[in-house]
Amino acid sequence: MANLTAKTAFDGTLPIEIGAVSLTEMTHDSITWIAPHKGQMAKVSRALDKQVGADFPSPNTHQNGVVWFGPEQALVLSKGLKRIAGAAVVDQSSAWAVCALQGAGAADVLARLVPIDLRDSTFAVGAAARTLLGHMNCVLMRTGLERYEVMAFRSMAATCAHEIESAMTMVAARAETH
Amino acid sequence: MRLDGKGLIDRDAPVRFHFNGKAYNGFKGDTVASALMANGVKLMGRSFKYHRPRGVMTAGSEEPNALIQVGAGNAMLPNVRATVQEIFSGLETSSQNHIGPLDRDLLSINGLFAPWLSAGFYYKTFMWPRAFWEKVYEPAIRRAAGLGRMTREASPEESEKAYAFCDVLVIGGGPAGLMAALTAARSGADVILLEETNALGGRLLSDGEMIDGLPADIWVAETEEALRDTGRVRIMTRTTATGVYDGLIFAAVERVGAHLPHTANLPRECFWRIRAGQAVLATGALERPMAFPNNDRPGIMMASAVRTYVNRYSVTPGEKVALFATNDDAHRTALELLEAGVDVAAVIDPREDATAIGDYRLHRGAEVIGSKGRQGLTEIKVRHGSNEFRIEADCLGVSGGWNPTLHLTCHQGARPIWNPDIAAFVPADDAIQGLHTAGACQGTFDTSGCLREGISAAERAIKALGKRVRKPDLPMADDQAGGHSTLWAVEGKGRAWLDFANDVTTKDVKQSAAEGFQSVEHMKRYTTQGMAPDQGKSSNIGALAVLADATGRGIPETGTTTYRPPFTPVALGTMGAGAQGKGFAPERFTTSHKAVVARGAPMIEAGLWYRPSYIPAPGETHWRQSCDREVNMVRNAVGVVDVSTLGKIEIMGPDAGAFLDFLYTNLFSTLKPGRVRYGLMLREDGHVMDDGTTACLAENHYVMTTTTAAAGQVMAHMEFVAQGLRPDLDVRFTSVTEQWAQFSVAGPRARDLLNGILDTPIDDDTFPFMQCGAARIHGVDGRLFRISFSGEHAYEVAVPSAYGDALYRDLVARAEALGGGAYGMEALNVLRLEKGFITHAEIYGRATAFDIGMQGMLSKKKDFIGKAAATRPGLLDDDRERLVGLKPVGPVKELTAGAHLFEPDADSTRVNDLGYVTSVGYSPTLGHFIGLGFLKNGPNRIGHHIKMVDHLRGVTAEVEICDPVFFDKDGGRARG
Repeated sequence: MANLTAKTAFDGTLPIEIGAVSLTEMTHDSITWIAPHKGQMAKVSRALDKQVGADFPSPNTHQNGVVWFGPEQALVLSKGLKRIAGAAVVDQSSAWAVCALQGAGAADVLARLVPIDLRDSTFAVGAAARTLLGHMNCVLMRTGLERYEVMAFRSMAATCAHEIESAMTMVAARAETH
Repeated sequence: MRLDGKGLIDRDAPVRFHFNGKAYNGFKGDTVASALMANGVKLMGRSFKYHRPRGVMTAGSEEPNALIQVGAGNAMLPNVRATVQEIFSGLETSSQNHIGPLDRDLLSINGLFAPWLSAGFYYKTFMWPRAFWEKVYEPAIRRAAGLGRMTREASPEESEKAYAFCDVLVIGGGPAGLMAALTAARSGADVILLEETNALGGRLLSDGEMIDGLPADIWVAETEEALRDTGRVRIMTRTTATGVYDGLIFAAVERVGAHLPHTANLPRECFWRIRAGQAVLATGALERPMAFPNNDRPGIMMASAVRTYVNRYSVTPGEKVALFATNDDAHRTALELLEAGVDVAAVIDPREDATAIGDYRLHRGAEVIGSKGRQGLTEIKVRHGSNEFRIEADCLGVSGGWNPTLHLTCHQGARPIWNPDIAAFVPADDAIQGLHTAGACQGTFDTSGCLREGISAAERAIKALGKRVRKPDLPMADDQAGGHSTLWAVEGKGRAWLDFANDVTTKDVKQSAAEGFQSVEHMKRYTTQGMAPDQGKSSNIGALAVLADATGRGIPETGTTTYRPPFTPVALGTMGAGAQGKGFAPERFTTSHKAVVARGAPMIEAGLWYRPSYIPAPGETHWRQSCDREVNMVRNAVGVVDVSTLGKIEIMGPDAGAFLDFLYTNLFSTLKPGRVRYGLMLREDGHVMDDGTTACLAENHYVMTTTTAAAGQVMAHMEFVAQGLRPDLDVRFTSVTEQWAQFSVAGPRARDLLNGILDTPIDDDTFPFMQCGAARIHGVDGRLFRISFSGEHAYEVAVPSAYGDALYRDLVARAEALGGGAYGMEALNVLRLEKGFITHAEIYGRATAFDIGMQGMLSKKKDFIGKAAATRPGLLDDDRERLVGLKPVGPVKELTAGAHLFEPDADSTRVNDLGYVTSVGYSPTLGHFIGLGFLKNGPNRIGHHIKMVDHLRGVTAEVEICDPVFFDKDGGRARG
């Protein structure tokens, strides 16, 4: 019997580094979508805390690899979850292309693609958003002062890498000129 | 001529550039206009209609005359204002709108026909013969008129787009803007300060004033330092706010690399979208010209521009400068010229009580009534009472007062208010909520007032943000704006220009009024006043004053035309930055993409997805060869195709079954775990939204498939239903389209293939038709569905996308070993047509369940979305266009999609139209073309012959109406 070889979403196109900013693929052992059924939020949140050390996230936040994903929905980026009673749970480990954008000017790169306010006052470390990256849906997380994680559809990984790379190139060219 | 010791140009940085192929020298900090002026070049372009020689008129973005082409080859950009474009080494520029050399433009002959070329000339003249307009007149007129030349290819110079956010946006870096930014920043706000030119300061850099005892440019530098010290101000020079939109979102264009030699990857411009909490408008004012005979010669310009060239660029536009002004401020220009050592020929002031403030000749109560000089001013003609005399001058500075730059306040529909005290329009209060005006843009013309209003506008903004105001000290500055009177037009012999860019004179405006075009909006369109690239910045108010006079109304009653964005012209390449080529839309690739591309498959787009049309085998030269082979392969052996693009939605919860019952027309709550059912979904209006299969994986756990095209629509629909219509249901769902790579394995040998990859083999008993379940594929946890879109014994096998590439290659290799292989969309389409299965070619939005023969799927046992509408008589009428099969029976054997259907003996015209063809394909299985279409009363016409006419492709064929299912009508092949 043949062995199926797994490929990552960016399939070797990352990392790239331009100027002071780098873009690196993040691979997670598993990505799990979790949505508590009616009236089960508190229970599910406790169970989640026990397994991964984070409550069910409030809107537009992330903590310990648990990121808000929509009304009463979250993604858990970590090792596989053990069964959690009272919630719909779906494996999405292969669904997302996840990358980290890091370095001085990372926010400037995102300002070319993401239409939301990324200032410290509204998008501090720990903030997350479902927003746009160019024309694509994405999940955006701020994981450090100059570090962001971007999740895009796996099928759009090539466009995701290309658009961020173009923005990185132009931001770097500006930095060299000024 | 260059002056000594003044200006903000960098004399240690000489710059060499080209204008009309000739090299010129300038300095860093020069614009094309100032550098050409320093080289004695006065003639910079030709006017729009009469091709009159034109020189520079202003020193800013309002310039109507000196429009040039910048750059070479496809990077060339037309209609760039020479007064804005900074020079750099290697810059290529050229004048526009002339045939032959600029100084001997062959089209200047148009000027001789001026008596006939007045307003409405084209409308009246080129009416006959009618056909000549398109073929003869218009091309000739377009060649003669128009401004810059277009390039045909995309510019190789890229621009970019970006977003920015701030608490307070300050537009304009003059005295009011600087104080507003300082106040806002010191009060703890994040500030973005936009300045259109390359340096902060505004008129302070031109007017040679003192502030707080310091020369103004020093005070500006210190204030800029103070702004930077706050750490809260983002200063964006070379950036023009071009529009304001809902929610206090501003568009702004930044010249990033447009003033520099071409640098790889450096964007030419950046199109900013700035979201501001509050905003301060401090855009200053534009000096207005006066209309007098022959006022358009090179050398005649705005008095304030003369001052800017002298003080900021250290160049004088003339050696003998005269001034024609109605206000005290312009007299200061005379003083500054004298200080700079330039000869002031005279100051002509129409006011009887004007006083000279320096050692120059003043003509009180006098007017300029003419000018001379073919390609540059040599003398002006002055009238003083009944006395007329000439004054030698090579430059005339004109000042008819100032118009506040209030354009942005009108972008959301507000109209400006006439202020008779200053004879100018000022912004209406609260014209745009959250936008506070300060300084000259609201009619405050003294420096002290501008500084004070900058502080108070920021104060209002800060209070609106709920922050505490910390005001800086008000600097000491001149608090006199000086006296003024108003003069719009001087009576005299000869044409007096209002709109220099579009060649509109006072005579045109009067003629417009005389011919009944008396509304300012009509006058604008009849004369084209204000419709040039400068949008009438210098001419609007003057023109409406002349119109007011001609119609006997006042200026406020006459009103202004509408101000629309953009404030200055924006290149479409800048607005659309990043959207050319592949930037237009994301590309979605399946996991099998690389494998099929490696096999030479041409790809077709399905929404954002790319799918293979067919996978050519060695020796195949035509797509039909590949398609026919692939169809036969599936019918006789086994084929593999990637179906991951179909939407997949996982649905869970105690009420999941009830939710599906409400979405679909047929019942799903009765579906047993391990079984799959085909379902039909309607819109609320009773028409088909989508179809697909839904599998019950376990109790209260389903996975729905949608079509590729409607995946997003169905997901949005489900969110709406769950949140809006049935919040009572406990159901959760999410898209898993990206998670699973799913492949159809179809054909008589499908199971043989699968049993080679499944950890646990299957047979008809364990896995009958419409069965589903978890499966281990080469040791990987996946899913298996026995469903068929080809009519063959078929499966869909799914693994996590990470394994998709590997599994696809393995499946194709195994299929080939069994006499089959990969197939693409063309074959997939033929296979489904042979079975009469529908796609969005049939359920394209206007078809009902009844139209496609699926009225039996409208459950009577439950309610579902679209039920009420779908059962209305009009949607169940026999005579509706309904789904049928079609096959050719005459000598023409081809069917075409999009063709229409007619009775054999009827004319093929619209009124006889009976229906249309939606899908066609050549069936190698049956040996002829087959098609699906919609025909009035179709199912009752089966067996009849009818005429198919494709008017576009010129195809007419006799066709037989038949059942939509052409092959294996009882479905035995899929079940067996």
